[in-house]
Amino acid sequence: MAEVTLLRRSGRRLVPLDRRLLVLAGLLIGAAASFIGWGLPWTDGAPSVYILQLRATKLAGLICVGTAIGLATVLFQTLSNNRILTPSIMGFDALFLLMQSVMVMMLGLATMAQLSGFAGFLLNAGVMMVAALLLFTGLLRRTRGDIQLMILVGVVIAVLLRTLAVFLQRLMDPSAFAVVQTRMFAQFGSIDRGALMAAVGVTVLATLWLLRRAALLDVAALGRDQARSLGVRYDLLHMQLLCIIAALVSVSTALVGPIAFLGLLVTSLAHSLMQSHRHALLLPASALIAAIVLVAGQTLFERLLQLQSSLAIVIEFCGGLLFILLLLKGKLR
Amino acid sequence: MADATGSAIGPGRSARGAICLCLLLLVLLAGLSCAIGVNQTSPLALLQDPKAAQLLLISRIPRTLAVILTGATMAVAGVIMQLLVRNRFVEPGTTGTNEAAMLGLLGATLLAPALPIFAKMLCAAVAALLGTLVFLALARRIPPQQPLLVPLVGLVYGGILAAAAGFIAFQADLLQYLAIWMSGEFSGVLSGRYELLWLAGVLAGLAYLVADQFTIAGLGEMASRGLGLRYGQVLGFGVVVVSLVSALVIVTVGVLPFVGLVVPNLVSRIMGDNLRDSLPLVAATGAGLLLVCDMLGRLLRAPYEIPAGTVFGLFGAALFLVMLLRRPAHG
Repeated sequence: MAEVTLLRRSGRRLVPLDRRLLVLAGLLIGAAASFIGWGLPWTDGAPSVYILQLRATKLAGLICVGTAIGLATVLFQTLSNNRILTPSIMGFDALFLLMQSVMVMMLGLATMAQLSGFAGFLLNAGVMMVAALLLFTGLLRRTRGDIQLMILVGVVIAVLLRTLAVFLQRLMDPSAFAVVQTRMFAQFGSIDRGALMAAVGVTVLATLWLLRRAALLDVAALGRDQARSLGVRYDLLHMQLLCIIAALVSVSTALVGPIAFLGLLVTSLAHSLMQSHRHALLLPASALIAAIVLVAGQTLFERLLQLQSSLAIVIEFCGGLLFILLLLKGKLR
Repeated sequence: MADATGSAIGPGRSARGAICLCLLLLVLLAGLSCAIGVNQTSPLALLQDPKAAQLLLISRIPRTLAVILTGATMAVAGVIMQLLVRNRFVEPGTTGTNEAAMLGLLGATLLAPALPIFAKMLCAAVAALLGTLVFLALARRIPPQQPLLVPLVGLVYGGILAAAAGFIAFQADLLQYLAIWMSGEFSGVLSGRYELLWLAGVLAGLAYLVADQFTIAGLGEMASRGLGLRYGQVLGFGVVVVSLVSALVIVTVGVLPFVGLVVPNLVSRIMGDNLRDSLPLVAATGAGLLLVCDMLGRLLRAPYEIPAGTVFGLFGAALFLVMLLRRPAHG
């Protein structure tokens, strides 16, 4: 079994002690410290506990979302064998929002309210995994070999899913509509604690699972035929990865809502920084960079510019520009 | 090819039957649209009850006309765009035109809130024009072997403009406005509130006068110049028409996605690409489909409404997917 040897050979250390990764980790710690410490109100020589708790929750949420988006995007690019695709461009987060609308419609608002937080998140993520498997296995299979078609179909599916979600919301009663409506925009202001616990759990598990299989992913990145001839059970891995991507996108969408181009920004940066195809380097680099962008950006926006929640819009703007530049440079292959 | 017996302007003989049929259907649909609503009236009551007639004149007839004008002009704008970019998958919604118009409208609302609606519309139109020209410059850099890249670049480009608009609106607390412009719907249409759309209708009519030139322009720049067409002028006129129509529609009813994309593709499958024959059909089909969607939106959850844009978006996106996946994959 080549897979077993791959897993065993990948050494004891989960993450190689690369200097660049250490620098990134240092940067993240710095960003986190300034997020927590900047402008913290002190009373009687001690920081205000309430504000500390608020900020710590938010910080955990941002790091968790960044990690989830960074990992999910690298994986999706490995699966689709292409550098400019992201789960979000292909409509994953739209699918999550749609599933939420569907569940509110089927279960009713009262049930959903009871399920909010921890249980609600896990249920949502589970439903999302099944839906993603159904939708994207078919899509990736049907359009394999025609990358342009795949992207365009993905984009249209995303539009369709969003419209469908809006359509369903119009059929709901207004109070249910208001609940779902708040989820439609990326917001870093309000993070639900119960959902955060579940999200951190899912993200940590996914990270460990992936880092153990970094070498296997390197082989899978060669493409289906190559990987299979080297003894990787590609189709099984493909399904597992789709499930993990779905779970990670659920994490980020459930916590802060959809962010379309962050993944693309982050993976491009990670590639240009690491200059390598090794997942053992790319996965942690992407996760770290995404977390840095979110934490540092949010710090700037909240403390310096006194703006609220338009960070997502700025990320969108920069990511979109980058996307077009990459496209025009012919980076599709 | 238009047949030799066709008049200088009108459609060829082969298309006339189809156009008459479409118009008949459209009249029927329009009648239905006037009959649907919260307030039940019968044709008899119209003669006896002045209130019923008033309702018809102030609300239902204007609404029906607005839907017809919007559907027809958006479809025409789509077909012109497709010929000029030489790509089946573009329309004002996938070229950044709509988002640019929104930016212009936002700018006008912020800087000069006192401007009359017509002046604001002109600002939106100028912005749409600029936005479309930038897109055309981008589209030229895409190799012709990759036709699907064009709408993709357009969608992302529109997303960038939308993000800029969102940022400005967020800072100025105008997000509500954006939300209204984003979803095309006709529930607010009353007599006196939609008349700008007639201007869009006139523009579509003008486009029909030079339909042949658009058809030739669709052969590409080199070929049409070789045939003696003033390509630059035709291109300029087309972009102006598309920008103005988009701006007019956004100012009065909001963005309607996919109308300009799906309708021309449907008609082109049946009729081919000779605009002189197909443009009336494109307009009639656009109007008819949008009327159906508007009525569905009114009936599905009566007395509440679902925006026509949402209903159309649903069917439009689904149809577009079918169109994409049924194309033979090229290796």
